[in-house]
Formats: sequence, structure tokens, C-alpha cells
Amino acid sequence: MRTIYFDNNATTAVDPQVLEAMLPFFQGLYGNPSSMHHKGGEVAAALRQARQQLADLLGCEPGEIIYTSCGTESDNTAMWSALRTQPDKKHLITSRVEHSAIINNAAFLRRLGYQVTEVGVDRDGLLNLSQLEKALTPDTALVSLLWANNETGVLFPVEDVARLCSEKGIVFHTDAVQAVGKIPINLKASKIDMLSLAGHKLHAPKGIGALYVRKGLKFAPFMIGGHQEGGRRGGTENTPYIVGLGVAARLAGERLPEENTRVKALRDRLEAGLLKIPYAMVNGHRTIRLPNTTNISFEYIEGESILFHLSHAGICASSGSACTSGSLEPSHVLRAMGVPFTAAHGSIRLSLGVTNTDDEVDEALKIFPEVVAKLRELSPFWKDDGPVQESELLSCEDNNCQICN
Amino acid sequence: MWEYTNQVMEHFERPRNVGVVARIDGEGQVGSLSCGDALRLTIQVDKDKDLIEDAKFQTFGCASAIASSSALTEMIKGRTLEQALSITNQDIADYLGGLPREKMHCSVLGQEALEAAVANYRGEKPKALEGQIICECFGVTDVEIERVVKTNRLTTVEEITQFTKAGGGCGKCVEKIEALLNKILKKTATPGNGQKPGGRLTTLKRIKLIEDAIANQIAPALMRDGGDIELVDVDGPTVYVTLKGTCASCPSSKRTLADFVTERLRALVDSDIVVRERRPE
Repeated sequence: MRTIYFDNNATTAVDPQVLEAMLPFFQGLYGNPSSMHHKGGEVAAALRQARQQLADLLGCEPGEIIYTSCGTESDNTAMWSALRTQPDKKHLITSRVEHSAIINNAAFLRRLGYQVTEVGVDRDGLLNLSQLEKALTPDTALVSLLWANNETGVLFPVEDVARLCSEKGIVFHTDAVQAVGKIPINLKASKIDMLSLAGHKLHAPKGIGALYVRKGLKFAPFMIGGHQEGGRRGGTENTPYIVGLGVAARLAGERLPEENTRVKALRDRLEAGLLKIPYAMVNGHRTIRLPNTTNISFEYIEGESILFHLSHAGICASSGSACTSGSLEPSHVLRAMGVPFTAAHGSIRLSLGVTNTDDEVDEALKIFPEVVAKLRELSPFWKDDGPVQESELLSCEDNNCQICN
Repeated sequence: MWEYTNQVMEHFERPRNVGVVARIDGEGQVGSLSCGDALRLTIQVDKDKDLIEDAKFQTFGCASAIASSSALTEMIKGRTLEQALSITNQDIADYLGGLPREKMHCSVLGQEALEAAVANYRGEKPKALEGQIICECFGVTDVEIERVVKTNRLTTVEEITQFTKAGGGCGKCVEKIEALLNKILKKTATPGNGQKPGGRLTTLKRIKLIEDAIANQIAPALMRDGGDIELVDVDGPTVYVTLKGTCASCPSSKRTLADFVTERLRALVDSDIVVRERRPE
């Protein structure tokens, strides 16, 4: 059975060119870049090149990049740096659809006595900008927003918000883990103060991330240690992975046009085909969105069941249903958007990449209707070719359920 | 990815007895679309023999919910109503070679659908609907929780959530569940039943039990809310503890906490325990 991998927002395959560039750093090029001898020197040179490659993709200076272990570490570093460098300010702003790295930090900070504003989104997943503007106060230390939503692909106007924050002297951070490599980014021309990224979303391996910190911004390290990364992140550099991320960044830059033409066309054709299935709907704005992602709900069936049947047929995808989230409630992103529960439980995210082909889309368009039909046949909410109108199970017993209300 | 057994995957991919029986004598509907899983079970009963002639299901839910429904219908077909009613949620899970802990609520769903269908056939009120609603998000009653705790020998709120979903929504009812659990554990905690060691406790055993109770049950519960607890000393029936974290500075939360710690220690170790708070030096 062949694999059709439509889960590139979860992670991507390491590009063969990336792996090839990394391998020598496990063997001959094992030096510590800090060492004052030629074994250290040759590695230090490779790191300089890798840092330049990543800086080119982001449109920033190499010295503005701090390597981390993952996107979550980058997010943590950014958040805590902003708060620790402005100890008098006790307010931060984020949104209701952030990554768990930000959400759970925000919850923790609240318990420590910080005030946190979580800005809402509309039915399309777009940021409520006026709510954000009103929330900015002289006490606000930080605004942190996702650039591209991992579940829906919807984009936030981070450059506009960054400008607004800059005018008011508020630090602005964006988690751009899903955006880097998929949309053009030029940090020189923006007012973004900090930006998080993760290597494994752009064909580098898991275990390497980076944080952009605008030159001149006050910074407090998260990992206290040696002089590495200009004293901003202690710990001997993860040299093979940094080199890998450099090559991945170069490839991402080269492939950016393809991502926004060919991959986008594949996504659009897949989405249009899937919308022919009755009671299917797209979650998230159709144009203000990443070129590779679609989030579609198939009503009256449940996401995990869909995923298992898809997987059986070779298709890898993910879902915002409760059963797959590890919690008992469906995705917080879909809930924040007000997607009805009937649809949220049956939501499927398909995220494409440069390795996907037309054939794979054709194949998926054959498999999906069969899977959906099979599960609807089992569903107590479905009869013949439509939903059962009068089902007691459609609503809660007492209509008092907090999830729906 | 969940670790499902081959039996679960087999019943999910090729579910048995899908649909509605030819003559509906009893019908049970549990769960709801908004909750993420729902099961409709219909049974056809041989009235003379009190026997389930046929059973069919329709399920909206995850792989384990579908597999549990399919397994249930296989288990009850050809059984008398009494035999069928003796099936517990654990029996359904066992039939499938086990379910991940987080998915045990799927087996409970099956058991409740069966009870509802039989009750419907007999013109009675289904058991699961008795009692008081504890978890409003998922409509779980104290009666349901008590039964699941007893059948499956549950000892933590987390387990109750895994088995019934109660407390897994907004989380507002966690305290209520905790209190209910303490009540149930106290009721069942007679010497010799595995909850609490029987006979007189030596000082060493007693301290060990107190340490275990604090480390494994009480501290995790407090840590969920940003607090923590440390055992300072044990002197006869008096247990000295220090409360830490967010709860340490709040007088009202401290009082509730002391009550909570006392209740747990009494349930788990000894009914004459007295808890005293000692401020950190």
C-alpha cells in the first residue's frame, strides 16, 4: 500500500539534501565550534553559513537568530524574556487559538498574578483586531500571536499588529512555526520583535528550532549557561541539526514559489473535490490562509474513525475531534471559531507539501467518499442520504450542556 | 496514535450487527452528537423466554466506541435479559482484549445503552438517568460515577474522567467528583477489601501509608491547581503538613484544603487522623 502523506503541518519528512549535509557532522566534523583549534574552526564556519542561510529565508541578520531545541522552546524563551525584561508590566495579550506552548504559559502566568487577554476570532478564524487594539494598555508587556494557525491555516495580520505594538512600545512576538517556508517573510521590513520557528515543519529534523530576536531588543535568556548564541542560549550547539536547518531554509526559499502555486493548486483541487461530499464544509477563511492547508468537517461522523479508515487506505491526515486531541473536547481552535459541535467532531485537517502529486489527490478523492459513506451508514444521525431530523441524540438530554452553550 | 488491540481494529473495520432490528422491542440511546459519541441500540426480545433474539447498533464515535458497540451486540445476542444485564463495562473491554484507559468510557457507553434498552423494553426508567447530575458538560450522574468506581476499582478523579468523561469538559465539577470519590472510597474502605490495610497499624506502616497517600494522591490533586503539599512530621494521630504554591497565601482555600487533606488521609489511612498546618520557616 502506498502512503499519501497529507499531514505536513504535523511534521515533514527530512529532505535527502538536508540529511546529506548533516551526516558529516556526526563523524569527521565532530568538533566543538567554541574550540580554538582546527576541528572547532571548521564546524564554526559551517554554523556561520547555516545561520546565514536561515537569515536569508527570514530576511534578517544572522546575529538576530538564536538556535533552540524546538518551537516550544522558542515560544517559552520569547514569552519569558519579554516579561523578565519588563518586570513592571503585568499584562500580556494573546489569542484564543494559539499553540499549547503559548496557551499553557498564559494559564500559568495568570496563576502567578499576570493579567492575560485572549483575543477572539470570528467564524472564519480571523483575528478580532478591534478587540486587540482596545486591550493594549501601558501595562502591556507583550503581544504574542500565531502567524498561521496550525489547524486551519488561517493567517493573522501579524505585521499590522507588530506596527501597532511598536508605536506603543509593546514587545510583539509571533509563533511562525507553520508560516515559515510557506509564505514570504521579510523581517527587515517588519516591526516584529521576536519570531519562533521549528525545523521539522520545513523538512529539517525534529529537535531544532530558532528564535529571531530583533537587534537591540532587550533580552533575558531562558536557558542560562555558556556564551553560546551570544550568551542568549547556553548549551553546546547542536551542530548537525543547525547545519540541517540551514539547508532546509535554503530549500524552503527556493521552493516558496512552488508552494504557492503548485501545492496551492493541489490543495484547492482536493478541497473542491471533497466539498462535493454532502454535508461537508471548510473551517477557516478560504483566502487569508496558508497555501497548503484545508480543514474540512464531515458532519454526523467522528474524526478519529475517519482517520483510521483513511490510514487503512494509506492516507495520513489529522483531526480536531475530541477523541484525537487526547482531551474530551474538540479542538479549541474550532470552538473559538464557533464551529458547531456537529461539525467540530468530524473535522479533518489536510496539509500538503512539495512532495505531494496530482495522482495522490485523485486517489484521495476516490477514497474519501467511500470512508465518509461507510461511517455515515453506522451513524445514528444519518439515514439514507441525509441527517435524521428527529433524533433525541442530536442534542443533550437537558439542553443544559455547557459545551453547546 | 492509540494502541488499539487487533480485536478493536477488527470490530471497527468490520462491525457486526449494524442497523436496527426488524421488530424494536427495546431501544436505548445514550451519549449525544455534541459529546462526541452516541450509541443507539435496538433489541428484539423473545417474550416467552425473556431472551434477546437480535440486537443491532448505530454508533457515532471513535474507533473504540464503534468496536465496543459491535462487541456488545455479539455478547448479548442469544442471552436472557438477566444474563445480558450482568455484563459490565469491563466485560466489554475484556471481550476486545482491553481498551486504552482514556477510552474506557466507550465501554461504559455500551453498558449504559444496554441497560437503557432493557429498561425501555420493561417500561422502566433507565438506571443511568437516576441520581443527580455531577458533570453538566457530559451529563454524568453520581449514580453512574459510583457504579463505575466500584466496578472498576477506581481511586482517582483522572480515572473517573477516563471512564465516564465526567470532569473532562470545563472542569468545574472536579471538586464535586473528588468529594464524591472520597465518599465512595470511605464507604467501601472497610478493613480487608484492599482499600486500607486491616488490623492495627504499626507506626512505621502508618507513616509509610501517609507518605504514599500524600505523594501519590493528595499532592497530584493539589498540583493540578498550582498548589503543592509537603509532609513535615507525624506525631501519633496528628499529621503536620506545609501547603505550598498558589494555595499557600489564600486563607479560604487553605481551610478547604485542610479539609480535603484530612478527608483523604482519613479515607486512605486511618479515620482518627488530624491534620495540622505548619508554616514554612
